[in-house]
Amino acid sequence: MFAYYLELALRSLKRSPGLTALMVLAIGFGVAASMTSWSVFRAVSGDPIPWKSAQLFVPQIDMWGPNGRNADGSPPNAMDYTDAVALMRDHRAKLQSAMYQISPSVVPADAGKHPLNVSGHAVYGEFFPMLDVPFEFGSGWSTSDDTNRAQVAVIGSKLNQKLFGGANSVGRSVNIEGRDYRVVGVLDHWNPQPRFYDVVNSGGFATDADDVFLPFQTAIQANISNDGNTNCNAVPKESGFVGLQHSACAWIAFMAELDDAAAVQAYRNYLDGYARDQQQAGRFAWAPNNRLLDVPAWLNNQHVVPSDTKVSLLVALGLLLVCLVNTVGLLLAKFLRRSSEIGVRRALGAPRAAIYTQFLTEAGIVGAAGGVLGLVLTGAGVASVGWVLPKDIAALARLDVSLLALTLLVAVVATMLAGLYPTYRASRVQPAWQLKSN
Amino acid sequence: MSLHPVISALRRHKAGVVLIVLQIALTLAIVCNAIFLIQQRIERASRPTGAVEDGLIRISQTWFGAPSGDDAAAIEKLDAMQRADLATLRALPDVQDAAASTSMPLQGMIYSGNLSLNPQQSGLNVTAAYYYGDERLRPTLGVRLVAGRDFKVDEILHHGISGDAVSPVVIVSQPVADKLFPQGDALGKTIYQDGKPAAIVGIVERLQTPTTQAWGSSWDYNSVLEPVRLDGASASYALRARPGREQAVMREARKALLAVNPLRVMPESWGIQSLSQIRAKIYRADHAMALLMTVICVILLGVTAAGIVGLTSFWVGQRRKQIGVRRALGARKADIVRYFQVENLLIAGVGVVLGALLAALLNLWLMAHYAMPRLPPAYLLVGVLAVLALGQFAVWGPARRASHVPPVVATRAT
Repeated sequence: MFAYYLELALRSLKRSPGLTALMVLAIGFGVAASMTSWSVFRAVSGDPIPWKSAQLFVPQIDMWGPNGRNADGSPPNAMDYTDAVALMRDHRAKLQSAMYQISPSVVPADAGKHPLNVSGHAVYGEFFPMLDVPFEFGSGWSTSDDTNRAQVAVIGSKLNQKLFGGANSVGRSVNIEGRDYRVVGVLDHWNPQPRFYDVVNSGGFATDADDVFLPFQTAIQANISNDGNTNCNAVPKESGFVGLQHSACAWIAFMAELDDAAAVQAYRNYLDGYARDQQQAGRFAWAPNNRLLDVPAWLNNQHVVPSDTKVSLLVALGLLLVCLVNTVGLLLAKFLRRSSEIGVRRALGAPRAAIYTQFLTEAGIVGAAGGVLGLVLTGAGVASVGWVLPKDIAALARLDVSLLALTLLVAVVATMLAGLYPTYRASRVQPAWQLKSN
Repeated sequence: MSLHPVISALRRHKAGVVLIVLQIALTLAIVCNAIFLIQQRIERASRPTGAVEDGLIRISQTWFGAPSGDDAAAIEKLDAMQRADLATLRALPDVQDAAASTSMPLQGMIYSGNLSLNPQQSGLNVTAAYYYGDERLRPTLGVRLVAGRDFKVDEILHHGISGDAVSPVVIVSQPVADKLFPQGDALGKTIYQDGKPAAIVGIVERLQTPTTQAWGSSWDYNSVLEPVRLDGASASYALRARPGREQAVMREARKALLAVNPLRVMPESWGIQSLSQIRAKIYRADHAMALLMTVICVILLGVTAAGIVGLTSFWVGQRRKQIGVRRALGARKADIVRYFQVENLLIAGVGVVLGALLAALLNLWLMAHYAMPRLPPAYLLVGVLAVLALGQFAVWGPARRASHVPPVVATRAT
């Protein structure tokens, strides 16, 4: 029976090629616009570490007081050196790391090669297990390396390619800012987007992966200064990088792993206790006002998804809606034009269900054809995103099987939904009236 | 022509009418807001910086193995390196002018601070971007001096990046002068930069800050020129190329600087770039948004027009007999065309009223969630007229076809 309906539908669609083409075009464009926007939205709103994001937390400490708070009363989105180091010393979370962005120069061993400017972070050794950072060779460094300010480094796969031709470079030496560091690990293409561990400095997305990681205290001692944002509520009393460390300026990111609700509560209590201690010591003149947000909440709080992306998706969905309203109208016209045909079928004993099947099949075919056109247009859309959107975001939007399947599914389901009302009207056609009027 | 027959005919096509009304309303709501958004983005991306952008080039580079630390010897060494670079750049045949310059409009690298009228920073406060550079900075940027004078060579200081010495003289942009001295007597007055005094010796007409991000948008033309070469491991320069020699200067400058000292990092991507490249990069998202909204508007209007054509054609087909009767009773072709035009005007009229309401609601929602400004009524008006015109345009074809129905149809059975 279905094959018969299919044949009927095709015959009917062929009878009015203009109207059919209109519907297919509308659905194709509507679906393609929505799916292209969706591909960008999906890319920027994704969870960079879905298996663990609910256990990773960003603490905020109110070291500036009422005048330095954000509009919503929350404290600064980064830490000063004093608090970051104190939290590391107290070590109350299972794993934790303070970090700051660096951009040191690396000198290739081959004479004659120009020095490279490499971006990275100064972190504590627990950074790597906490974020499940994948290694191609070697591993991160130990806690004792942190405390001893060891001259060790973890490098990214790209830098490893440049310096060592991609070979296992663990144990080799790399010259960073004029000092030699021993490579202990090489990352295996790690560049999570959004860059959740340091949202403040990346704005969420960074085109290039971090290519070098140094122990926090080693970098501090080597005077490798902060390359990220520095926010001060007062001019530092001393100048230079050392002055920055003694100041209340905010420039350090922090992340802690807390595995269950009890650990989270304990850490909140610890932060409040810490702030109270500071209050008693006279450093803070206000009551504790800390925050502790997990990664999804933090990404939301820092507005990582660009509002352009959200507005585009909304407008594209509006376009899809208009296309569907359009399809409802055209299908209605198409179906009711065949009232006499419906009348004959009903008079010959076809139940309403048969009419439903017949016309929904027809709607489904229009949807499928629109979907196929939509696939092509979505492909073109995602490809063109690359040359109009900013590079860091465009690089994330990609065409994959799930997007293609979704495009087809949305087209067919939406068109069949649009076909429901016209089909209902078709099924209400009174056979007697139709036969009489002919 | 009386509207009564038109309305009573439409009563028999409620579903179709409702669908077209809905489609027109949604189209109007989206198109109005989208075009407003496009206009805003284009306006934002074409704001003048105040500099003469053609031929302006920025060089950012980092010396490798430069002295680190903030001691006087290191600062003097770094300053000598910077001056050597500048002398090399100025000697290039295609370079008209060159200056030490930490920042460049739009480029992103920004120093900012707080300006006030007393050392306690009480009362009037203005946030502004600090452009550190030497006496050639203003002429190199091509920023227009409207009052006072340029810096003199002996006024140029130099200190480390986080040094706290402040120049006793500054040049401010007109908006800064206007905000701090509303009476227009800023020249020669003393202002306090983060609590430290400086006299205004010059005023430039316009100089955009280096950031285009939202946090700096409320003070986007508040700039101060500081006669200070900042000495650090990184140094940046502004170059003014001779007319038409921009590309040549970018190549020559790289070669010349590497010849002076090969141990420096000056990547292809951001080491040497023209202001036009910086502008294209920084406003890329705005251009993309404008383009996307344009594409969506075109599709929307096309789909809506096509929908009107489709449904009207259907109605024409249904009413062949009635049209034939009217023609037989003496209606002219023009009367039939007018009938469908009036019908469309009625439907589209209801659609645009509803659409205008929806557009305002959508705008309110965007204002609440995405910091969009209020939609000016002119956009609604133009949108309404455009959609009505679109309806008339779309209905023209089917109406013409209707007018060709011969009167003899009236006499046939079907």
